Amino acid sequence: MSGLGEIPGVLNVLLLDSDGKRVAVKYYDQKMKTLAQQMKFEKEVFTKTQRNNARGEAEIALLDHHVVVYKFCADLHFFVTAHVDENEIIVATVLNAFFDAVSLLLRGVVEKRAALENLDLVLLTIDELIDGGIILETDPNAIANRVTMRGCESEATPLAEQSLSSALAIAREQLTRNLLR
Amino acid sequence: MADGHAESSKKRDEESEEGLDFSPFWGIEKGAVLQEARCFNESQLDARRCQQVITKLLYLSNQGDSFTKVEATEVFFSVTKLFQSSDSNLRRMVYLIIKEICPSADEVIIVTSSLMKDMNSKIDLYRSNAIRVLCNITDAGLLGQIERYLKQAVVDKNATVSSAALVSGHHLLQVNSEIVKRWSSEVQEALSSKNPLVQYHALGLLHRIKQNDRLAVSKLVTQLSRSPLRSSLAQCLVIRYVAQVIKDTKVDEVTGERPFFDFLESCLRHKSETVIFEAARVIIELNEVTTRELQPAVTVLQLFLSSSKPILRFAAIRALNKVAMNNPSSMTNCNIDMESMISDQNRSIATLAITTLLKTGKESSIDRLMKQISTFMTDIQDEFKVVVVEAIQELCLKFPHKHRILMNFLSNVLREEGGFEYKKTIVDCILCLVKSIPDATEAGLTHLSEFIEDCEFTYLSSQVLHLLGELGPSTADPGKYIRYIYNRVILENATIRASAVCALANFGSCSVALRARVLTLLQRCLYDNDDEVRDRAAFFLSVLRTIPETDSECVEDPLIYPLAPLEASLRQYLENTGDSAFDLAVINQIHNNIASHPDMHASAFDCSSMNISSTKNDLRESENIITSRGEFMSYGPIFKVSSYSSSVVNSCHAVDLTEAETEYKVTCTKHIFKEHIVFHFMCSNTIEDQILENVSVVTDPIEGIEVFAKVSTIPLGTMPLGQFGSTFVSYKRAQGLHPVAKMACTLKFTSKEIDPSSGEPESEGYEDEYTLEDIDVTVTDFLTGNPLSAFRKVWDTLPIENEKVGDYSLGTRDSLGEALEAVVGILGMAACEGSEVIAPHARSHTTLLSGFFVGGHSVLVQLNLGMGPSNSVAMKLIVRAEKPYIADMIHTLVSEA
Repeated sequence: MSGLGEIPGVLNVLLLDSDGKRVAVKYYDQKMKTLAQQMKFEKEVFTKTQRNNARGEAEIALLDHHVVVYKFCADLHFFVTAHVDENEIIVATVLNAFFDAVSLLLRGVVEKRAALENLDLVLLTIDELIDGGIILETDPNAIANRVTMRGCESEATPLAEQSLSSALAIAREQLTRNLLR
Repeated sequence: MADGHAESSKKRDEESEEGLDFSPFWGIEKGAVLQEARCFNESQLDARRCQQVITKLLYLSNQGDSFTKVEATEVFFSVTKLFQSSDSNLRRMVYLIIKEICPSADEVIIVTSSLMKDMNSKIDLYRSNAIRVLCNITDAGLLGQIERYLKQAVVDKNATVSSAALVSGHHLLQVNSEIVKRWSSEVQEALSSKNPLVQYHALGLLHRIKQNDRLAVSKLVTQLSRSPLRSSLAQCLVIRYVAQVIKDTKVDEVTGERPFFDFLESCLRHKSETVIFEAARVIIELNEVTTRELQPAVTVLQLFLSSSKPILRFAAIRALNKVAMNNPSSMTNCNIDMESMISDQNRSIATLAITTLLKTGKESSIDRLMKQISTFMTDIQDEFKVVVVEAIQELCLKFPHKHRILMNFLSNVLREEGGFEYKKTIVDCILCLVKSIPDATEAGLTHLSEFIEDCEFTYLSSQVLHLLGELGPSTADPGKYIRYIYNRVILENATIRASAVCALANFGSCSVALRARVLTLLQRCLYDNDDEVRDRAAFFLSVLRTIPETDSECVEDPLIYPLAPLEASLRQYLENTGDSAFDLAVINQIHNNIASHPDMHASAFDCSSMNISSTKNDLRESENIITSRGEFMSYGPIFKVSSYSSSVVNSCHAVDLTEAETEYKVTCTKHIFKEHIVFHFMCSNTIEDQILENVSVVTDPIEGIEVFAKVSTIPLGTMPLGQFGSTFVSYKRAQGLHPVAKMACTLKFTSKEIDPSSGEPESEGYEDEYTLEDIDVTVTDFLTGNPLSAFRKVWDTLPIENEKVGDYSLGTRDSLGEALEAVVGILGMAACEGSEVIAPHARSHTTLLSGFFVGGHSVLVQLNLGMGPSNSVAMKLIVRAEKPYIADMIHTLVSEA
């Protein structure tokens, strides 16, 4: 919990595939700045957890100075790690928020292919979940809304200034988005 | 080229067969993406395309592709153009990539205005994101400009904006804490927000702003503990803050109740599991927690144990594991739940359950437990097994009677497959048990000798062989180990063979009956094809042959010479290359010096064996010399009336009276008798071509002439070269007076030079003298520590009319501990009843000290320390002694120091 006092901190957020390769990762741990350290850590985390069945409830493991909470879905492995003394349930809350928000944004198709196709959404989810190690939001719906910038479109440019076709295009886009959510 | 193409398409086919083919980023290349990024500069922006390119850039950086400084700058500049587009999704990606690039200070200025504009936008998400980005990349200078907006944003009616500003505040605290501290009233207002996350961020920030103001924190915590917060995360924070306040305050001495404990207990009934667990965690970690306080926490954790969620089970068992370390009895109710967890799917949970059970287990339940664990051991990974084995070792040390079943378990797991770390842990565990439980020795050695029959790790084999050599000969039937050891000589690699030879030799030297057999075996080792093995065999053969047939003595272990001095003296030997052989006795001599002081640094011996330092050994030596001299016999019996101490009350540390590297070395030791004091001077000559005779030290009291009267001086015949000779001066002490003195000392001697041509000393010498440092005699010399277990009882037996009280100011100190250390150091008395331990952050403290004054008079001291606002420490000293003058002396001692 370096520098943050008693505030619950998240060290790293990882999304790996079923081979342990990166899909999207974000490191907040100041001790893991180099790529080599990060790769080593990912390998350790992956090998330590891969044999467990974490497809239903989130699972947990201890790794050196990290508590690792994880959840698997299809060929995706979700991890949130924190300081070893952190309250496990808080870490699990963050993981669930991460997972549920991604699941919402990928419209329930939580697999590597979909995640890569919508990598922008996944990266934004992590950005809306944690800010510099501090938990920013834990409500998956709120996260998903912020990722898709809901509520901005109509105000961005007044409708009158747009050509009819572009207005229609925006309307259509918004409609599909709302329908599929 | 065509080949390469075909190959890559073939590879693609293969991958698609495996179903791994598809990735929108397949074949992505940094150079190409950077080219694509030029679309950011187009006048008609294609928002979709730009978004994709940004995603690609982020993908690359996420995969570990790093951008050069130039590349990053280029990307950054083109990205700033994208603020022209009004597409909100593209804007969101722009925010993200700016944070990712982290532009340098001189570049930031380019986006500042765009971001400031967004910070004042009508769109909430623009405001919140702009705040986060700006605070992320800003420097202290810019902060002044945007501070006003940030302050406003903290109380924004939109939760996202407010949270963004508060979280940014957390980060800015590290950059410029002064600015953030000015927001405190806004943050306070945000604390009452309806949004749980805003509340949480506000509370965290508010506490960090106030954390150095103890009073404000305590007020905040008290207020918050009365009304529960909406956010469970914020509630967890309150619990953590409460825990801190508890740590800093004392238990109420009247009711024995802890402040805020009711609050913690009420949190155990909270609707959120997060809060319940946080409260339980804090209760468990309380200082000196009582069983009664633990009970409610253990109860909720027990409920978690049977949860369907692995996280809850894990959290609970990990917390209970901590309880088990100090209070195993308070959680016996959980044992049944924990036993069912041994088969938990999650092996981390199962392992924690086992180790906890091993800690709480009773002797009677061990058999059942071990049976359960045996079935479990086969299907867990090595790292978990290591934890289990370590727990078993602890258990076995706790219940030595159970060593048979536990040892059997260990030998079973030792036979199974496993990596080096795991095997090493087991072997270490058996070694530890063999050494600490005598009954287990034979069984352990047998298991180990079977283990080395089939051991793939050289290190472990050598270790086991060494132990066999060490302990095997003293067992009932040493003969049976010989077979195991010799098998190694036949079958193993050179390192193990060498260890085996040593082990064999140990058997041969310790056991007369086996010697002939061992000699035969060693004889065969002489034909080994490894030098080391042959050398060892030859060495031990010759050693064994020199031992008389009927004697049994252990072969001298080469390691009885401590390595550091051995190295030092060997170096010295090499430098001084004489013709003489290296003499091991030199090391032994040095070794003996450190025997009583193992923690002394090896470098102390670099100089030579002459560098006598004030070790306890010297004092004891000096004490022996004193007691063996007839002259002081008359002082001894008088004192022996006292039943408290040996004939010498207090031999103070030897003090060097000469500077290092002079011609003569003199150290002084003070020996205090009941009525006498004897100065023992150890003198040494360091110059080879002179002889010093008729050596004495003339002491001349500068102070304390009325207290001490000289009785006798015992001179030294000749001052030896390189070794120490003793000369003494004794004084009689007048009773009832303040025993403080300062003695001027002069070394007197007759010096004779050695004629370099003949090597004989000249017949005529001349008298010479050499001024030594002064000797101080203080009251402390007459005081010894005497730790009491029942201080109060003795205190009450001492006459109250002899009580002396005094107040002192100790000046500014870093902590009470430092002040206490200083005072105890001056008095040289012993602290009683553990009262020398000061609670962290304590502002006041009482320490009980006890000691004897020469003659066996008890002196007791109650020492009250208090720390004022500016860390100035005041002390109240209450002294009781058998004689009033002794109590006065203590006060003088303190006041003069």
